[in-house]
Amino acid sequence: MDVDWQIYIFAFLVGGAFALVGQLFLDFSRLSPGHILSGLTVLGGILGGLGLYEKLIDFAGAGATMPISSFGNALVQGAISEAERSGIIGVLTGMFELTSTGITSAIIFAFMVAVFFNPRG
Amino acid sequence: MVNKKKKSLNQRQKKYQKMAKKEEPKPAYLSNALRAFFFGGLVAIIGQIFTDFYRLTFDMDTQEAGNPAVATMIFLGAMLTGLGVFDKIARFAGAGVTVPVTGFANSVASAALEYKKEGFVFGVGSKMFTLAGSVITFGVVTAFIIGLIYAIFIF
Amino acid sequence: MKKVGSQTFKPQNPPYLISTGVVAGPFEGRGILNEYLDHVYDDLNAGQSSYEAAEKHMMLNASLICLNKARKTPEEVDLFLAGDLLNQTITSGFTALELAVPYLGIYGACATSAQGMGLGALILDGGYASLIQTATSSHYGSAERQYRYPTEYGYQRRPTAQWTVTGAGSALLAVEGKGPRITLITLGKVWDLGIKDPFNLGTAMAPAACQTLIQHFADTGRGPRDYDLILTGDLGKIGGALLVQLVEKEGGFNLRENYNDCGMMIYDREKQDVHGGASGCASSALVVFGYIYRLLKEGRVKKVLLVATGALHSPTSFQQGENIPAIAHGVSIEA
Repeated sequence: MDVDWQIYIFAFLVGGAFALVGQLFLDFSRLSPGHILSGLTVLGGILGGLGLYEKLIDFAGAGATMPISSFGNALVQGAISEAERSGIIGVLTGMFELTSTGITSAIIFAFMVAVFFNPRG
Repeated sequence: MVNKKKKSLNQRQKKYQKMAKKEEPKPAYLSNALRAFFFGGLVAIIGQIFTDFYRLTFDMDTQEAGNPAVATMIFLGAMLTGLGVFDKIARFAGAGVTVPVTGFANSVASAALEYKKEGFVFGVGSKMFTLAGSVITFGVVTAFIIGLIYAIFIF
Repeated sequence: MKKVGSQTFKPQNPPYLISTGVVAGPFEGRGILNEYLDHVYDDLNAGQSSYEAAEKHMMLNASLICLNKARKTPEEVDLFLAGDLLNQTITSGFTALELAVPYLGIYGACATSAQGMGLGALILDGGYASLIQTATSSHYGSAERQYRYPTEYGYQRRPTAQWTVTGAGSALLAVEGKGPRITLITLGKVWDLGIKDPFNLGTAMAPAACQTLIQHFADTGRGPRDYDLILTGDLGKIGGALLVQLVEKEGGFNLRENYNDCGMMIYDREKQDVHGGASGCASSALVVFGYIYRLLKEGRVKKVLLVATGALHSPTSFQQGENIPAIAHGVSIEA
């Protein structure tokens, strides 16, 4: 069983750092959570485009895959890898290749929650 | 006449905003930041536990195992929203739970839940992404631009 | 003329406030106002299928309690003046449907309680009616989802944010009867001092309250000492502190002795995490129709000036970058 225990330390630090950046923006700017999360997604996409986000994932595991920025990175990775295979049209066909899990499960679980629960205030 | 009135109003506005700024209590920057860091790290550790669990149980590589791990975290975020506790956790943990995918799940599930009263088509179906939609839109636009740059200049 | 000064109206025969009714949600029931409420619901939904239906149920119940106390029936009511925060003031419209009375919908955001009393008093003194009912309501859940986020959405409120009161209040005004009387009505102008933050409404509304107060004093020759109590509707902690400074600076009046804000008189601020205090139409309605009405009837206070404030923005105007304009109406109630 090969579990790299060290990655838990880096996951904690990097995952915490992403949240910290979000919190500082929330408290010091007057931006809404929607602005901050969109911004982090764009940031993840740009870091992904520069090839840095994948390195961060190797280093910090879930510390980099859990924050919403990884969604931006995954969109970019999907678009780039398919573009490499099939050119410009690959940007369109590959876009959601890696993020399908996140979006699909969010829709399905949210739908189930709406079926079985009611808001409690 | 109207212009003159406007000018003096602008001065009053500036003066008042200065005065209001002084009265305004500030958020608890330090404790908010510490809590966000701690909970953000904690969510990442839970995510890592699931990643390792899927990797070892189903013999996947790390990248493959990330998918079911993300799905599990989204399930947890949606479930806690349905049980009515996510908003209470978030009030305490702040960005610690809203920056990770658990927050994405919460923004989708809370909208789906809230607009259920307007019916499954107009409510749940159309309004599910009122909050999370901007994340997807800006993520896709960013990825599209970067993908184009790669397709045209790099490959 | 029955108008004094530039913005104040003085009825010749001040109408009587013959009855009131107030109901509130569970969170308000745990606050410090509890014993002055006619009914407290133990569920935010009030047994209804949605927050909006619950709010309507509350306004209807408050109105019926109010009629019952005065031994009146809806048939005797000449006019029902009501307003609330929801789009198209649906709470008031649906309540008027159930009461089956002639109805005028009014909107002044959280200044609606004073607007309803003031307008009702003017119509009564004009001789057009003998019995007018007014009502207003707000609901935490329906207001959250209309103005802010879904109720289950996880976010941290800023320390300036106020908590929307769940509840409804109604009052009966009559040409003849027993009870405190409405002696002066100062109707306010709309003010915009450039505040944009929808999580800091007390700050946006304080200047409107200041102007209405100063105008009221100028029109009537009265001052703060002529009242036992001066109340604002829902400025909260921050807006209230700003008002005291503004009135002192701009009008030279001292409010430090007998001023309070209804938004600070509902929740137990040590145990209930409501940040800047209460807000919503029901804030001033619960305090004035519940607590203050009882004080006036028991003779514990004689003269009260209510200045209810309302923020006249909508989510659309805010998202399009407009400032938050505000209004304040003053009503003097004397035993």
